[in-house]
Amino acid sequence: MIHFVLHDAQDSVAVVVVEGVKAGMALTGWIMDEDRMMSVDARQDIPIGHKVALKDLAAGDTVVKYGISMGKVVAPIKAGEHAHVHNIKTKRW
Amino acid sequence: MTVIDKNTTFLGYRRENGRVGVRNHVIILPLDDLSNAAAEAVAHNIKGAMAIPHPYGRLQFGADLDLHFRTLIGAGCNPNVAAVVVIGIEDGWTQKVVDGIASTGKPVVGFGIEGHGDHDTILRASKAARDYVQWASEKQREVCPIHELWVSTKCGESDTTSGCGANPTVGDAFDKLHALGNYLCFGETTELTGGEQIVAARCANDTVREQFMFMFNRYQDVINRHKTSDLSDSQPTKGNIAGGLTTIEEKALGNIQKIGKKCTVDGVIDKAEMPTHPGLWFMDSSSAAAEMVTLCAASGYVVHFFPTGQGNVIGNPILPVIKICANPRTVRLMSEHVDVDTSGLLQREITLDQAGDKLLENMLRTANGRLTAAEALGHREFVMTRLYESA
Repeated sequence: MIHFVLHDAQDSVAVVVVEGVKAGMALTGWIMDEDRMMSVDARQDIPIGHKVALKDLAAGDTVVKYGISMGKVVAPIKAGEHAHVHNIKTKRW
Repeated sequence: MTVIDKNTTFLGYRRENGRVGVRNHVIILPLDDLSNAAAEAVAHNIKGAMAIPHPYGRLQFGADLDLHFRTLIGAGCNPNVAAVVVIGIEDGWTQKVVDGIASTGKPVVGFGIEGHGDHDTILRASKAARDYVQWASEKQREVCPIHELWVSTKCGESDTTSGCGANPTVGDAFDKLHALGNYLCFGETTELTGGEQIVAARCANDTVREQFMFMFNRYQDVINRHKTSDLSDSQPTKGNIAGGLTTIEEKALGNIQKIGKKCTVDGVIDKAEMPTHPGLWFMDSSSAAAEMVTLCAASGYVVHFFPTGQGNVIGNPILPVIKICANPRTVRLMSEHVDVDTSGLLQREITLDQAGDKLLENMLRTANGRLTAAEALGHREFVMTRLYESA
């Protein structure tokens, strides 16, 4: 089963595509642009459609998705944690 | 391998001006808010006629008034419409809409309410509508080449599965249609924020690129002029955020997947303007679903691709809206709204090429007459874009 997908191998976050991801689960992911698999351990429960961090990120870091910037980190994120509006914010507007 | 090539055909209604529609509507079109009651009464009297009520048309001026007329006239000119009865509070502006629609050669007549009242207007307009409905009911579909199908796209209630599944499906279909010389359209100016350079790089030449960046920056100025702190409650929307989208950039990068990987952006139009040659057109437009789809109808598009993640339910009275969804939860909970399920993409069960073909197959069936989910459910959201306050 594919638990999460990402577009580009450089992406720092990926999208959970199944329901029921719980803390402690070993997750399998699919890098769509390269058609290869990877894995990460979930540190938190993550709803379907929400993002899991693939690497440790510090405040101020750029968050990469689709291979380019999708915003900045505003609170530290560890690999496997839920990455969303509580720790990422737009660089625009 | 794809389900379409240059020899593919569909069954459409060829109109007086040569354009091809996939629906055969007789519409009762109010000029203004005051005329909605009469228009709805006529549509109630005459089975097969459809009223298109809307809340505007009084004391608008300048560019906002121009857009009002462009939207109404464009909707009447759309080849999915066989004939039009226009009803307005007074004769002058009513006739302006009638004259605009008459340029297509299709049957159109107008009625002003002042000096007559609702009863007499409804009587006269009902007689005209009955003639039109009976006339239109004898129109036959004929075989038309696929490149005559004008296809627009806009996504809504997006989530992260939109960018991974539903939007790339549209992109694959657009790449295939673009190669055949179809008229295509995308827009949602503010929802390109963070990905505008990707769109600029896809423009066919410097002129198109300059026009695109002009439209993009013009809309950014509107946002900057009116925004309070930031737009994070509106763009992304609450629904987007619930679905996992975090920033406008993330939403935009997913949005842009709809224009595929190969097709160039070949032209730029302002709201409700009509494209002048085949190819992919960028239309400066709101990202609000019903506003954008209404503008596409006014620009002459006859089929619409609408990818959704969390489950937008929108339809349009004139333009059939095909919903594409790749979120397995939404497909399970809101199946009556989903025309094309591409959730298999996210489990690697189908390829993007297969997903695009699945959409194109549905597009051909829809063009041939199959009702979309939104049509069957009665969704007829006709929402006109306003530029500023009335006088």
